[in-house]
Amino acid sequence: MIRLFTIAFALALAGLACAATPEDKLSAVFEAIEANKLDLAMKRVDALIAEHPNFRLAHLVRGDLLLARAQPLQTFGNVVKTVPQARVDELRAEAMARLRARQRPADDRLPRYVLQLQPGQKHAIVVDARRSRLYVYANADGKPRLIADYYVTLGKNGIEKTREGDQKTPVGVYTVIANLPRSKLTDFYGAGAFPINYPNEWDKRQGRNGHGIWLHGVPSDVYARPPRASDGCIVLANPDLEAVGRQLQVGLTPVIIADEVEWSERSALEAERASLAAALEQWRADWQSRDTERYLAHYSSRFASGRQDLAAWGAHKRTVNAARKWIKVGVARVSMLRYPRERDVVVVSFDQDYRSDGLSNVMKKRQYWVKEGAGWKILYEGAG
Amino acid sequence: MLNSATSRASLRGLAIALLAAACALAAPVRADDLDDASRLLKAGERQQALDKVNRVLAEKPKDPQARFLKGLILTEQGKQPEAIDVFTRLTQDYPNLPEPYNNLAVIYASQGQYDKARAALEKSIRTHPSYATAYENLGDVYAKLASQAYGKALQLDASNAGAQNKLSLVRELVREPLARPAPAIEAAKPAEKAAEKPAPAPAATDGSAEVMKTVKAWAEAWSNKDADAYLAHYAKDFKTPGGEARAEWEKGRRTRIEAPKSISVGIESPKVTMRGADQASVTFRQTYRSDKLKTASRKTLELVKADGRWQIREEKSGK
Repeated sequence: MIRLFTIAFALALAGLACAATPEDKLSAVFEAIEANKLDLAMKRVDALIAEHPNFRLAHLVRGDLLLARAQPLQTFGNVVKTVPQARVDELRAEAMARLRARQRPADDRLPRYVLQLQPGQKHAIVVDARRSRLYVYANADGKPRLIADYYVTLGKNGIEKTREGDQKTPVGVYTVIANLPRSKLTDFYGAGAFPINYPNEWDKRQGRNGHGIWLHGVPSDVYARPPRASDGCIVLANPDLEAVGRQLQVGLTPVIIADEVEWSERSALEAERASLAAALEQWRADWQSRDTERYLAHYSSRFASGRQDLAAWGAHKRTVNAARKWIKVGVARVSMLRYPRERDVVVVSFDQDYRSDGLSNVMKKRQYWVKEGAGWKILYEGAG
Repeated sequence: MLNSATSRASLRGLAIALLAAACALAAPVRADDLDDASRLLKAGERQQALDKVNRVLAEKPKDPQARFLKGLILTEQGKQPEAIDVFTRLTQDYPNLPEPYNNLAVIYASQGQYDKARAALEKSIRTHPSYATAYENLGDVYAKLASQAYGKALQLDASNAGAQNKLSLVRELVREPLARPAPAIEAAKPAEKAAEKPAPAPAATDGSAEVMKTVKAWAEAWSNKDADAYLAHYAKDFKTPGGEARAEWEKGRRTRIEAPKSISVGIESPKVTMRGADQASVTFRQTYRSDKLKTASRKTLELVKADGRWQIREEKSGK
């Protein structure tokens, strides 16, 4: 028993050693500074710089550690006033973002957005704009489990992108839609790029435009960029992008970008997931029953799909359903992702297997569900 | 900041101080020659000074004073690689002398090799923890290294600042002539090395607490800038680090302790070795922080119990 424990402990230690990312190492530098072990801090920052010679923030910290030996420091990033202060401020902001990130969410706190992942989705990405942080969640039987988190750079002008060229990062639920390898890109994008589907159907419905929001790396002469520096893209250090990139599945992996991630307890999420799953199942059953009015009762008065509003959609469904002797609807591989910043809107994606005495087809479907009163209603429906 | 004329005078001061030491402590035969060489250097006759020193060295190739003076002359002549060679060999032959390390550091700094300068100055201080010139130089080198690091952080062109720093560091070297004769003879004693090895004598362990109490009180007095209390911890027969007279050493220490606005001395991971009932050796990591400077070094205090209390008989720094 004791031996087993020892082995487990040794493995855990080995795991920790392997997982020492540059981020962890910078944290270790700050920890040494906090403990007033400045020589240790210097040793650690020297090692970090040896590994990542372009880590500008590390150089700034090293500068402070050296200067502290010569004179008392006035501030973090104690450079002379003649240098461009904006650059110092950017590094300070990066330091603050990284320091704040040392407080990881507690184990029982989950991002409120990931209600359910479908079995094919190995991971989900959640971005916290306020914290300049990207969280990678693994799909553990449909439930998210935090496995890694990284510092990210977002748009120069912040978030909530609405217009082409506004240099903002969108807030919403997106999917990775391509993988552009380093060889096809200029050095500016670093280790690679993963475009996401901004503007999605919800953005278009809100009249938002613009394009080309990617997850990508950094140029080879820097290790990281300041927290607010991109034209709207989500930018990671190259080693981090490579690590995240290994987890991304084109067409599958969700990327949820939030202003400030709302955290929730597992039990609350489960309750919400169950209530929405029940509504979805009722929708499926009602459609299959060919009771068109009960089926249409699942749609919100604000429903729209393309150019169809609820009336047009209802008229079409009444015509189609009336012509069928039987309908069978299968719903599988369901994911449920709550939309950040919207009041109780959840993006539900699934494989729909529709069979009838007339037409039959299998398609990927996406619906936006909204909580209206006590129940869930469909705001949008289309191909996923 | 001193101007270059003053600094040149001080440079000679450094040389003369060393020569005085040579007169007092070494064979008087060559004293005249070295004195002449020093005077020639003072008069700006560098080549003649060098010839003179070389003549002395032809007779006594190991002589530290002559070699040091040669290093100074070469430095003034701008022959940096040769000066580096001279000072480096001096540090190898006399590792306990702080001055050659210091001068090496100044040359490295003038070449922009601040990491090497830093290493040399840290060695200089490890050799003689109270060597003020090295501290001041080290402060400048740290500041310079810091500005290089900031330059990398902010992608600045630091080349101009580098040129500026070269001048001020040359002044740094000579800002302050040695307050005491260079302890060349003392330092060269091979016996001191052997004495550093603590004899692991199985002795009464209960004395160690008392020893540590004394060491802590000593650090506290230093931190409080209470020079009287600090000096009271030293035994009557205390071996001054440079072999200088007790009064002179006390005067130097008093200045060092009273000059900064604040001092904080910390004792980390102390190890007490009892060598009997009234002899002990304490090795620890000393952290020193003042409003001007922050350093850490290994230190060993040799203590004796006399008149019922533990007192410091010898103080050694470095590894």
